Amino acid sequence: MLIDLGIAFGRVAFVMLFVLNVAALLGWVERKQSAIMQDRIGANRASIFGFRVLGLFHPLADTLKMLTKEDFRPARADRLLFDLAPAVSVFFALVAFASIPFGDTLRVAGRVVPLQAVTLNVGVLYVLAMLSLGVYGVMMAGWSSANNYALLGGQRAAALMISAEIAIGASIMGVVMIHGSLNLMDIVRGQGYLLWGWVPAWGIITQPLAFILFVTAGIAATKRIPFDMPEGESEIIGYFVEYSGMKFGMFLMTDMVETIVLAGLSTSLFLGGWQIPYLFAEGFHFPWGAGIALPPLLVTLLQVSAFVGKVAAVIFVLMLIRWTLPRFRYDQAMRLGWLGLFPLAIANIVLTGLVLAAWGNR
Amino acid sequence: MAHVAFFAIAAIAVASALGLILRPNAIHGALFLVVNLGSVAALYLTLGAEFLAAAQVIVYAGAIMVLFVFAIMVLIPGKEETGPDPRRGARLVAVPVGALLLLLLVIAVGGRWSGPRGPAGPSGSAGAVGRLLFTNYLFPFELTSVLLLAAMVGVLLLARRRA
Repeated sequence: MLIDLGIAFGRVAFVMLFVLNVAALLGWVERKQSAIMQDRIGANRASIFGFRVLGLFHPLADTLKMLTKEDFRPARADRLLFDLAPAVSVFFALVAFASIPFGDTLRVAGRVVPLQAVTLNVGVLYVLAMLSLGVYGVMMAGWSSANNYALLGGQRAAALMISAEIAIGASIMGVVMIHGSLNLMDIVRGQGYLLWGWVPAWGIITQPLAFILFVTAGIAATKRIPFDMPEGESEIIGYFVEYSGMKFGMFLMTDMVETIVLAGLSTSLFLGGWQIPYLFAEGFHFPWGAGIALPPLLVTLLQVSAFVGKVAAVIFVLMLIRWTLPRFRYDQAMRLGWLGLFPLAIANIVLTGLVLAAWGNR
Repeated sequence: MAHVAFFAIAAIAVASALGLILRPNAIHGALFLVVNLGSVAALYLTLGAEFLAAAQVIVYAGAIMVLFVFAIMVLIPGKEETGPDPRRGARLVAVPVGALLLLLLVIAVGGRWSGPRGPAGPSGSAGAVGRLLFTNYLFPFELTSVLLLAAMVGVLLLARRRA
């Protein structure tokens, strides 16, 4: 009983600490990466006892600043919803990661522990459900601020997120059809299969169109450049215009956490999750016949690092996109979602169905 | 354990349903309904119906209610703008009608209720639900799709006339 509780705690703690720490780091990564891309030095002034460490203390300084700032609330704001909105927003982003597997199973004290915070048979739908509930945080923020600009920003955000989430749901269906399961662990395991004996059956190879649609719609769902018209920090006014201090920080954090969830989900669905090509439970088996036997603990460690590495790589690409493209106009983004991504995703479902029917069950 | 979970979730469901009826603010009411839908989804989870729970959250809480809240935010003004309710008289009818509904529910459900039950087997999976939808419940399923199509065509017609 005690061991079971400990294992459950460990699974949840790993995922939570991973997401929270990466989210904190992303603020720094974003500044430094943009600086390198734009040939600047970037934030490097925060120091502790003269140590600057490439500006790594800036997230810490930012957090301290936000925590100690005045917590302003407009006089006519709806007090309860105004305070609740940032919490709702960040909560659903944080819990969305729970069903994403970060490794295969691990043997602890005679038990086989799946390496994900929660084992759900409908893991894919769970992540979608949590992301779709995040809309309420945005809408509540926009409405409760008693500010028409914030209300309009909230409306823009809600409309954009709904159109993006529908495209996400439709683009994922092809992957689900191939693996015949909504369980993310099953989907990742299915991607360990080798096509023609040597090509790993990662989603990006079996479902290339779905991958592009998913990432595009995913960036829209996280409301980041080039889809940041709900926020428009510098010129149009967004839904969190009345927020200050850490409540504003929580909205920023939501975007970061959603980026991590998006990276984790695209890794699990399209990049083989924790799979390393040719690495099986007992070690490497290469298609040319060679093999390296490895102890199970090392295999698990390699798999978890592969997952973390892939998530980091996807985040890097997402940030590259962010600092490369200019912003879409609002109607362009909506047209892209409803007339571009969604019909293509439906076509992908039909195509996948035809191929599966012709090819038999796999 | 199952009892504790059931009664805790049921208490949230009932409290949010009361909040929906009693709050004069339409936005608060709609958000209470979201909480209610979420707690019903949690009840599905305790019965082992994971797919139904996820579908409930995605379809009702994540899509339909978002549109409700959206519409309320844009179209329904606050109390200070509308003044007192012009149809106060309707509230007198609401009480007996509500009581009648409660009576019907008690008669229909009350006799059979025998405490919270555990998972009802593997029938809650997506595959099982899908198989039922396309075999036993094919007719209502297709009927619903025709209804949705009709609604969609209607919306297209209205939108075109406006433009």
